[in-house]
Amino acid sequence: MVNAAYRPEGPEGERVADGDPRPKAVLEGPDIRRALTRIAHEILERTKGGHDVVLLGIQTRGVTLAERLAGKLEEVEGRPVPWGSLDVTMYRDDLRMKPARALGRTELPAEGVDDRVVVLVDDVLFSGRTVRAALDALNDLGRPRAVQLAVLVDRGHRELPIRADYVGKNLPTSMRETVKVLLAENDERDAVLLGPASGRSEATAALRGLSGGSGGSSPLGDKGEK
Amino acid sequence: MKRHLISAADLTKDDALLILDTAEELDRISGRSIKKLPTLRGRTVVNLFFEDSTRTRISFEAAAKRLSADVINFSAKGSSVSKGESLKDTALTLEAMGADGVVIRHSASGAPHRLANWVQGSVVNAGDGTHEHPTQALLDAFTMRRRLGGLEGRKVTIVGDVLHSRVARSNVLLLDTLGAEVTVVAPPTLLPVAIDTWPCEVSYDLDAVLPKSDVVMMLRVQHERMNASYFPTVREYSRRYGLDVARMNVLPEHAIVMHPGPMNRGVEIAAEVADSVRSTIVEQVANGVSARMAVLYLLLGGSEPAIGKEVSE
Repeated sequence: MVNAAYRPEGPEGERVADGDPRPKAVLEGPDIRRALTRIAHEILERTKGGHDVVLLGIQTRGVTLAERLAGKLEEVEGRPVPWGSLDVTMYRDDLRMKPARALGRTELPAEGVDDRVVVLVDDVLFSGRTVRAALDALNDLGRPRAVQLAVLVDRGHRELPIRADYVGKNLPTSMRETVKVLLAENDERDAVLLGPASGRSEATAALRGLSGGSGGSSPLGDKGEK
Repeated sequence: MKRHLISAADLTKDDALLILDTAEELDRISGRSIKKLPTLRGRTVVNLFFEDSTRTRISFEAAAKRLSADVINFSAKGSSVSKGESLKDTALTLEAMGADGVVIRHSASGAPHRLANWVQGSVVNAGDGTHEHPTQALLDAFTMRRRLGGLEGRKVTIVGDVLHSRVARSNVLLLDTLGAEVTVVAPPTLLPVAIDTWPCEVSYDLDAVLPKSDVVMMLRVQHERMNASYFPTVREYSRRYGLDVARMNVLPEHAIVMHPGPMNRGVEIAAEVADSVRSTIVEQVANGVSARMAVLYLLLGGSEPAIGKEVSE
């Protein structure tokens, strides 16, 4: 089951043996829940009650996390917190490296983002390129008072001067490893899997070396493996 | 791999649905205060218009500009074409300027296909003679899907000058791919000889088809392409094949009326029908920008085109 969920698609996705080929769960469902609860409290603390906070999840799993965080904020403060989704595909710097892909939905809450404190939410912070794209996308949508970043996992290897304000777990990784976040809404279970390098991610690592990075996304793009 | 959009038949069902879904997302941008995406920055799109057009040319230009592409507009009038330059020489000129995408409208059927062999970039057919107009079919399908939900099993009736219509051919091909059931209705003189090879039904009786249509698409009577008398009088054509209020009232409650424009009010469509709530004519124009943005993004946005078909000599 774990393996099936992890296995990359496509014939070229066969993993090259590199130690134990099975991904290891570094966070399980309850760990993710606790991490999100802590982040929710940190957001409320840092924004002094979160009165003008808008959560914007980055497609795909960031949106799920934003929705969960909004739920937790409401539990604590007793009033709904606006949340939405942001698709950054059109703003990515690695668009030209792969065939054009399908777009996700960008949906802002009715309040908009002007003069709000926008908390961007994503599953894995890696190169920082996805967040850069998100900042550009946000720039076209309005002018927030401040922008903060919440991620479930920070795996290091930044290629841009970007850091997260709220981190679920700092996960030291090598460039060759893959990090995959599974969420029940998208993947039927909650877990963060740390896997060894696959054939494809080695190729991607080589590509990153050559070109200065293939973006914050994984070799598998929207599959959520980073 | 170099791929083009020359015929609606170049699109598989997956391609077509990808374009429609992408158009759906891109359409939301038209509601924002900043209607621009950086996606095609640094790419050059040439609009090559050898035949008159307002809607399509403006629509392609707006689409390319909203995606931040550099747009070069070329119209035959006022260019070296009027000095006798051939299509191939014009193509080579474009080639020298490094066009990533070429949008071409030409009065000769097959011109985009020839052009595809001469240029490096992707070619998008914006209407060639009486052959095809695939982006019109895409924006029509997009409009139908928005109004009716899905296209699977929907009954679409295309009425009028099918013989001279590139819109009809592209629509029949695309709608068939998307699972709709198409009936073309026209006087026998205005049907092409090979209509029996098209994936659609043929009828000569508009009144019999209307009550079971989800969509009625009226085609313009293309007087400028008519070199013979295809029907006795405009009045008789209008009586038998025009959509007036009485005929519109026979349509099912949810049915919509479409027209690719420009309209001959009072000939194929009555003014009251064109301006009614069932009419999607203005919507079609707005949707055209989103559909063309989707096509340009999917052809030019990535390392290689995600849609379309290769062209061989």
